[in-house]
Amino acid sequence: MSAMTIDLSILAFSPPGWGSNLLRGLGHTIEIATGAYAFGLVLGLGGAMGKLNGGPILKGALEVYTTLGRAIPELILILILYYAGPTLLNQLVTAYGFQPLDVNGLAAGIFVLGVVQGAYSTEVLRGAIQAIPTGQIEAAKAYGMSGWQRFQRIIFPAMIPNAIPGMANLWLNVTKDSALLAVVGFSELMLETRQAAGSTKAYFMFYMAAALLYLALSQVSILIFNWIERRQRRGQQALA
Amino acid sequence: MTDQPLTVGRPNPIADGTWASMRLFGYATVAILIAVGLAAWLGQWDWLERDFVNSRGLKPDYLGQFMLGLGRTLTLLIVSVVVGYAFAIPIGLVQVTGPWPLKWLAKGFCTFIRGTPLLVQLWLLYYGLGSLFPQIPWIRFSPFWPYLRDGFNYALLAFILSFAAYEGEIMRGGFLAVPKGELEAARAIGMSSWTVLRRIWLPRALLVVLPTLSGEVVSQLKSTPLAATVTVFDIYGIGREVQQEMFHTYEPLLLIAAIYGTLTAIIATAFKFVENLVPMKRG
Repeated sequence: MSAMTIDLSILAFSPPGWGSNLLRGLGHTIEIATGAYAFGLVLGLGGAMGKLNGGPILKGALEVYTTLGRAIPELILILILYYAGPTLLNQLVTAYGFQPLDVNGLAAGIFVLGVVQGAYSTEVLRGAIQAIPTGQIEAAKAYGMSGWQRFQRIIFPAMIPNAIPGMANLWLNVTKDSALLAVVGFSELMLETRQAAGSTKAYFMFYMAAALLYLALSQVSILIFNWIERRQRRGQQALA
Repeated sequence: MTDQPLTVGRPNPIADGTWASMRLFGYATVAILIAVGLAAWLGQWDWLERDFVNSRGLKPDYLGQFMLGLGRTLTLLIVSVVVGYAFAIPIGLVQVTGPWPLKWLAKGFCTFIRGTPLLVQLWLLYYGLGSLFPQIPWIRFSPFWPYLRDGFNYALLAFILSFAAYEGEIMRGGFLAVPKGELEAARAIGMSSWTVLRRIWLPRALLVVLPTLSGEVVSQLKSTPLAATVTVFDIYGIGREVQQEMFHTYEPLLLIAAIYGTLTAIIATAFKFVENLVPMKRG
């Protein structure tokens, strides 16, 4: 029964405790999630504008992206992109006569998760843009604003409050999806936890600790998003 | 905006109805068919044949294994959705009307499950609990032990808990969205609270959440490959095996992706059919 007694000292910050490893993992998780979220937002913004204003080919291509990107399990997309991404990049690089690159783990993780996120961001942002009253955009056109001016002065600011609930969900999702990267061997919270648990055999303790760290991350994120939404909705008419 | 509470949750993978409406000759469908054709033409698929013999002179019958894997994937999906939903209804209900200890318990459960990755929950159950059980003699030598060693049961439990928490939160929104007047009218007629729940509140709440259900089931389907990380040979687990034994990187992954895409289309179409059967005022 000795292994069942709770020994918190293995969570200490200095060796032989594994606390600092877990926190480092949490740091990497936040890093990857932030990068993938930002990359996904860029893809999503482009995708949403393309879906709303693009020609038939672009629209079709984006529809394939958002449809498949959301219907195929994240784990499988991550594996496909994880194998295909660096291979394609290196084929491209060697085709132009450069040395093959050693793709950085963080960059690969951000790319892979970001592409998955982008499919969802596209749909969230498209919905947010479509929810802007058409009169506002027509008024901007009537003033003679160019496409970019309309986007930057009217569409983008008016879209933000509509997009916040969906974008908050996506952020919570990307922090959780980043755990999947442990399966392909990226060093983030989940992998650090697995290593700590494997070496100490205190599986329950470490997975519970990791769960609580993820929980703390998501709860703090929710508080921040609620605060942002309250700020953004200032001056809007109350719903219902 | 009666559906306001419903917007909290995981993003809906089929929200725009692309899979259900099946615009048969739209660009997306044509592009997907071209992609499938290219994959079939460029890839190596001989290992899928029934009497394929591998380098060790064995007949692995990967196609048969994929069928078995599909069965496991579907079992995980269907059992976790049905049992999970059975738990979700009381979890949603007590959050709206229950006594505070139950309310807090349900809220805490939903927050914990929805706030942590499913992979952590699965590994916490399989490696965490699984490593504690053998140290307790009466469990180690009990007739339940064979079940407690099987990764499939841990995966099933984790998926049930996950679906119960996500749907519990949605059911909470559904119960809240039923107009108070309808419940008051039912009580005024003299229905007991159980009868109100059975005849009015639950059926109306289920109608409110019906449009979210297809997306939630697809999300659940997309979680099932995690079971392969705890030794379950679902379609993804079989695919990984093919990858390792045949040294084909993409073919098994593309096949799995195609299977999941097909399942998503079937789920979306089936729910669309059910939704059309139910008379509903939209807007």
